[in-house]
Amino acid sequence: MRITLRVWRQADRNSPGGLKTYQLTDVDSSMSFLEMLDLLNEELTARDEEPVAFDNDCREGICGMCGIVINGAPHGRYNSPVATTTCQLHMRSFHDGDVIDIEPWKAGAFPVIKDLVVDRSAFDRIIQAGGYISVNTGAAPEAHSTPAPKRQADQAFDNATCIGCGACVAACPNGAGMLFTAAKITHLARLPQGQPERLRRVKAMVAAHDEAGFGGCTNIGECAAVCPKSIPLASIGQLNRDLIHSLFTGEGK
Amino acid sequence: MAVTGLMLICFLLMHMFGNLKVFIGPEAYNHYAEWLQRDILYPLLPHGWFIWIFRAVMLAALVLHIYCAAKVWAASIRGRGSSQGLKYTRVNRPERTLSSKLMRWGGITLGALLLFHLLMFTTKSITFGVFDAESTPYDMFRASFDPQLWYIFVIYLVFMVAVCFHVRHGFYSAFTTLGANVSPAARGVLNALAYFVATLIFVGFILPPAASVLGLLEAI
Repeated sequence: MRITLRVWRQADRNSPGGLKTYQLTDVDSSMSFLEMLDLLNEELTARDEEPVAFDNDCREGICGMCGIVINGAPHGRYNSPVATTTCQLHMRSFHDGDVIDIEPWKAGAFPVIKDLVVDRSAFDRIIQAGGYISVNTGAAPEAHSTPAPKRQADQAFDNATCIGCGACVAACPNGAGMLFTAAKITHLARLPQGQPERLRRVKAMVAAHDEAGFGGCTNIGECAAVCPKSIPLASIGQLNRDLIHSLFTGEGK
Repeated sequence: MAVTGLMLICFLLMHMFGNLKVFIGPEAYNHYAEWLQRDILYPLLPHGWFIWIFRAVMLAALVLHIYCAAKVWAASIRGRGSSQGLKYTRVNRPERTLSSKLMRWGGITLGALLLFHLLMFTTKSITFGVFDAESTPYDMFRASFDPQLWYIFVIYLVFMVAVCFHVRHGFYSAFTTLGANVSPAARGVLNALAYFVATLIFVGFILPPAASVLGLLEAI
């Protein structure tokens, strides 16, 4: 396959960036998108040019490191037949002669470190504000002593699959991190272990979300449409209900 | 924002229902207008008190709505990183509806036209010389929506299209913010209701002036 890439190049956080065009003539349709970028980087290295910096780790779609806006959609979501991360997108989803635009996540809370790599530590600050449960250490309790209803446990698991890649923020016209925050809140809100801190958690995490420089949610739904883990928009509904509930309690005040 | 928005939608529905009284006839319409101005909740409240309490509540709702909108808008600018010059060269957002795109600038347009509407029919400061402070509400309505003054109808049409779009996303979004979006099916229901309410408001508000401009009210 012959592919024309227009890749966002930016030396560092404070330098201006821009798209640079590269031609690749020998792309195999069975390559993953990141392998195609590896090929580009090999050619750039051979030509003594600076390779394109991009984040990646497991390349199995489970770690949340990779994330690139491809043709205007995070993870190239609309080029892929299934919900997936960039590393699990394959070149067979493209055609010979395609021009592919590649940009980093662009959001106020995610400053660019270099080229396609962004700093997502704003997500860590949201987790630090309440994305955990507090338990005394000691011997593990007998699992059956705390029953978790099947349906609620399933919802908790579905939300726990959020890998924190940041695609929701990248897709949002407001740059909001609401789907990420909602997934973390719903995960713990649906389990018995999450109940003691539930209302304090939602208040603290939403406050940390706003503090971290994310925008406000206007219920558009782009986030859920690009989410590689199919976190539903209904999770934001859970967050909203818990947040409204927390306003009528003394929790966290 | 959701609560004040829903209050304003309730007001629109009442206002729309009242406007449809023109189809019953001039007496019914004028009598209804006088009841609005003077008699609601009488004798619980003295004559003419309710309207001022109502106006104060609506104004408070509107001010709070605009205040919240300004805060969300500012957060969006910060969140998108527009102030840092961040902008995608190519965007692909198939979920985004036209009505959600028009919420902010459409809302400003709506606000400006609302001001014009109040200056025309409430304070009677802008009359195009076709009615005066002594005119009955029915005469005022007929004189304004005359085939000769088609441009007033066009302004009104733009006003109502702006309202319709704003309510389309606003209705769905308000209930979603209040936690009603519990599943994809619930989202479907909320969106369907939003289309229904937006269409109802548009049709209900445009019918009386359209009938007047087209000369269909002479028969009544």
